[in-house]
Amino acid sequence: MASVIGKSIKRVEDKRFLTGKGKYVDDMVLPDMTYAAILRSHLAHARIANVDITAAENAPGVVAVFTGADIVKAEIGGVPCGWQVDFKNGDTMKEPPHPLLVADKVRFMGDAVAVVIAESAAAAKDAVELIMVDYEELDVVVDGPDALKDGAPLIHDDVPNNICYDWELGDQDATDQAIENADHVTTLEFVNQRLIPNAIEPRSAIGHYEEASDRYTLYTTSQNPHVIRLLMSAFVLGLPEHKVRIVSPDVGGGFGSKIPHYIEEALMVWCSKQIKRPVKWTAERNESFMTDTHGRDHVSKAEMGFDSDGKITGLRVKTVANLGAYLSTFSTCVPTYLHGTLLQGLYTTPAIHIDLTAVFTNTTPVDALRGAGRPEATYLLERLMDNAAREMGVDPAELRFKNFIPPFDGVSQPGYQTQVALQYDSGNYEKVLNKALEMVDYQEFRSQQSQARTEGRLLGIGFSTYIEACGIAPSAVVGSLGARAGLFESAQVRVQPTGKVSVFVGSHSHGQGHETTFSQLVAGKLGIAMEDVDIVHGDTDSVSFGMGTYGSRSLAVGGTAIMNGLEKVLEKGAKIAAHKLEAAEEDLEYANGQWTVKGSDKSIAFGDVALTAYVPHDYPEGLEPGLDFTNFYDPTNFTFPFGAHIAIVEVDKDTGKITIDRFVACDDVGNVVNPMIVDGQLHGGIAHGIGQALFEGAIYDESGQLLNGSFMDYTMPRADDLPMFETDRTVTPCPHNPLGAKGAGEAGTIAATPAVVNAVIDALAPFGVTDIKMPLTPERVWKAMQTQIKEAAL
Amino acid sequence: MSVPISITINGKIYESEVDSRLLLVQYLRETLRLTGTHVGCDTSSCGACTIIVDGKAIKSCTMLAAQAHGATIITIEGLANNGALHPLQESFKEEHGLQCGFCTPGMIMTALQLLEDNPQPSEAEIRHGLEGNYCRCTGYHNIVKAIYHASRKMGKEVVHG
Amino acid sequence: MIPSEFEYFRAGSVKEALELLNEKGPDAKILAGGHSLIPAMKLRFNNPGALIDIGGISELNYIREENDVLAIGAATTHADLAASGLLNSSLPMLAETAATIGDIQVRNKGTIGGSLAHADPAADWPAALLAAEAEVIITSRSESRVVAIADFFQGLFTTDLGDAELITEIRVPLPPANTRSTYLKFEQPASRFAIVGCAAMVTRNNGSFGNVRVAFTGVSASPFRDHGIEQALEGQPADGAQLHEACKLAGNGVDVMGDHFASKEYRTHLAVVFAERALKVVTGQG
Repeated sequence: MASVIGKSIKRVEDKRFLTGKGKYVDDMVLPDMTYAAILRSHLAHARIANVDITAAENAPGVVAVFTGADIVKAEIGGVPCGWQVDFKNGDTMKEPPHPLLVADKVRFMGDAVAVVIAESAAAAKDAVELIMVDYEELDVVVDGPDALKDGAPLIHDDVPNNICYDWELGDQDATDQAIENADHVTTLEFVNQRLIPNAIEPRSAIGHYEEASDRYTLYTTSQNPHVIRLLMSAFVLGLPEHKVRIVSPDVGGGFGSKIPHYIEEALMVWCSKQIKRPVKWTAERNESFMTDTHGRDHVSKAEMGFDSDGKITGLRVKTVANLGAYLSTFSTCVPTYLHGTLLQGLYTTPAIHIDLTAVFTNTTPVDALRGAGRPEATYLLERLMDNAAREMGVDPAELRFKNFIPPFDGVSQPGYQTQVALQYDSGNYEKVLNKALEMVDYQEFRSQQSQARTEGRLLGIGFSTYIEACGIAPSAVVGSLGARAGLFESAQVRVQPTGKVSVFVGSHSHGQGHETTFSQLVAGKLGIAMEDVDIVHGDTDSVSFGMGTYGSRSLAVGGTAIMNGLEKVLEKGAKIAAHKLEAAEEDLEYANGQWTVKGSDKSIAFGDVALTAYVPHDYPEGLEPGLDFTNFYDPTNFTFPFGAHIAIVEVDKDTGKITIDRFVACDDVGNVVNPMIVDGQLHGGIAHGIGQALFEGAIYDESGQLLNGSFMDYTMPRADDLPMFETDRTVTPCPHNPLGAKGAGEAGTIAATPAVVNAVIDALAPFGVTDIKMPLTPERVWKAMQTQIKEAAL
Repeated sequence: MSVPISITINGKIYESEVDSRLLLVQYLRETLRLTGTHVGCDTSSCGACTIIVDGKAIKSCTMLAAQAHGATIITIEGLANNGALHPLQESFKEEHGLQCGFCTPGMIMTALQLLEDNPQPSEAEIRHGLEGNYCRCTGYHNIVKAIYHASRKMGKEVVHG
Repeated sequence: MIPSEFEYFRAGSVKEALELLNEKGPDAKILAGGHSLIPAMKLRFNNPGALIDIGGISELNYIREENDVLAIGAATTHADLAASGLLNSSLPMLAETAATIGDIQVRNKGTIGGSLAHADPAADWPAALLAAEAEVIITSRSESRVVAIADFFQGLFTTDLGDAELITEIRVPLPPANTRSTYLKFEQPASRFAIVGCAAMVTRNNGSFGNVRVAFTGVSASPFRDHGIEQALEGQPADGAQLHEACKLAGNGVDVMGDHFASKEYRTHLAVVFAERALKVVTGQG
């Protein structure tokens, strides 16, 4: 491949962001635009007895007020769920509707009750305070396991026991037997706490119905505009899809929270149709806290059995997944097919079984959050591994080497078939851990640690060797597992007559740097300059189709769609070149932006071929003019990045406060197109993972109030909470896509959390501490030390 | 209530009648359409709205437009000089100190003050100086590097200049 | 987020501010830096009918020494206080306190008078000002009165300040030579307000400790001087043998707060830890 691929090319999108010229949804103003404010329920569970909008309707500047009753009258269903998971007995999961505005009862703090549309945002905000709602309060349940208890309040009247579905994967009998016969069983009870995504850009949506053309436009902060178009047109509002345009311009971070089709998107479009003017809504941060889909929220018990040699014999997991008050677009697949299927980890575990129950509660809906299911699986596995090593008196690195799946490249050796449905593509797990151990200088650290202990200082080291499934996903596979959409990607490569290239991609960039990475692919493959390439994304009117960006899929799936399109361009270009050069196609070679007749100096530049394609005066007979290909690529398998992360921490014995002294990450994301961008993805992921380990977590009280619904109360990782990250990589190419790429967007988040927690547990080993619930706040760490000190004193 | 204000922004004088409750960030974004300054929260926490008012970095979501009467303001749009990027802007690009770009203007304006107060900061001083600015994309790693490199570059320019 | 409607007045002088305050009545609020008030107004927790902006009054912005007293204008920003050479040399705990408030942007706009008037139980200023035995000058149209800082704070978000009154100055007696002071805090991780903030000040007299002052913020609904620790250390030899035991008294007899960031038990423990850390700094054992 040409030299531009694999280089840390500086990003082409940066200049607009650096000069304040980025265009985010809230930056947009349309002529005659109105502003919406949404009345949110302050209660978590209550029947709506009456909604009085009289005062709001009469307030200055108010254009219209709508309530749940209007939505019922208009016969609009709720926002749909995109993935069907069946009960163990074959019954379809429970899918209570999530209406655009609720009419009967509110089910979580933040549920939308009414919308005010006014001439200004201030007027809308003033008027929304004038709406009077009579609520009849109902009992509340916020924790997943509590929702299953007898007599728990029902979130949806027609969902018995609040169970959305129950589900299992793996061989239960073999696993039970393995655990029973094991020489050693390590058991842990986990709370993988609920996280609030907090992209720094709040969600925003502008609905715009134009009567003259009968067209609908939605500007929205989405990671996947075509998915929103399909869901909103076909399942929510019943609009003609060809008359609907979705634009997601610059988007300020997604992390999964901008995948779902949200009620506000459909609501703005519907409201615009009612008043025949554009309507804009932008979330206030407290609305983001209450209504951006949350992540994680699993309560699990996991047992890992070992034989006398320290080989894993079985893994048994029982999980309750809290889905919140309603289903979100992909909430159902996160705890199942993105979680249960990852429980093999990097290990040869011969028997695995997971039993999972997904429940509704009076909390914000849960959906994908950076990693989505894979962090939960990795956390289970990697915590169990470090604890098992300590219990068995084995070095945690050694225990991993003993259990790793041996190296396989997926070409000369087959992929690795797991016990939990997936087939890994390629891997070399020993290599990546060995490299990480070198980076951290493991033996040296252990001696520092013993020295520090004699001085009363608590240092600890924690490991996490992870695998994840990315490049989501082969449509046939996910279809068989319940996905209601294909998960291919599309790209259109349009060579302009002057040889400049416009590429229209279904992938969406909200920080990932696609405009650079994809341009590198095009420039590298065609041997043209980067500045002669333009990447267009985020507008359903210009991009033919796409499934969007999530699951670390853009390079592996979207990039491959581009590469295949480029192949087609070169194939057709060769026909034109052969004609112009009066040579046989097979005698041509393409390099440095031109076709050359092998062994001669006869050549024709790419730009000349492009011009010929559009000015086909002297042209191969029977060949269509033009040089423009749309390619759909459906992967044959997931990709499986992996790596080893190691954290070194110090615990303040007096306060329990944790300092991360070092964070070492060695990742294998397959071939890399832009190392600078990949490293940046890993840094951000690691910070997010550290956030879960030490700082973040939604706190609901018993009445369903979100107690930490602002940045004054919900701790985000800041610059001075984190160290410089030491990153490196090994390269095991993906065997089934032409780029050999695997994906890097979520790796850091998946890996970092258990590494940090394991390091703290290691630091507290002298106290006999084996577990602390996340986030590891200073108080929790301090209390863990006190408990052990007290017990020792007895 | 309407309040008359006169503010110099990026070298240009703006005279307006503003609603007393209009926040400075709204005045910039909505009235003047200088949308490079962003709103990420409502609690003076995230720093996306940071601008320079009379030489000091401040959070424009926690200031009324009326309070800025008579002030001299620099926003991200006014940082580049005749199209030439400021060394901080350059360094953010060189070191990949931005991803989605949403926190970037605020980060850069805070960094401007940081380097004004401490022209050769250490890594730890940079990290501490960014305590009022959140980023969810970069893990701060490359932001810290970018500010560090800009400081050394700017120092050299002074020496040579 | 947008506040409710209000009238806005820009005061050019203290006199004008007081006239306006009197005219607009209890529905009016003073706007200094606005960094406590504006967030509360945006959340519509606080909906004053009128704001009187004193941010432009230069006669309220100063730090100067007057006859062994540090006089600080109420509208002086935290940033100016943190950078003040006078504070850093004479009473460093005041500069340290200012430097630990919020972040640089907040310090650039927020003022000492505004912070005191707001009386957030987790604010940083109260501990250092209590330890320093500061006085607050409160001015109305008719008079100026002097209130000891200990009498100024009256509970959660409650002070001695009347509706028609304005804080105009904070006065801090300069300590004798051989005095050292510091302010240390354990931060609430999200807001970085104090879970426990401890100010300590000690004067060394011929090998023993005198003039021992220890004050806390964040620990209970009101900031307080910890007389238990002070008395246990007053006049004790400067070798510090008593220090550890004395600090165990931290928070004794006080109604310690508990919340999801720090339970009562943990907060009390932190008070002990931070009293000892602060006292070690000022007694040279740190």
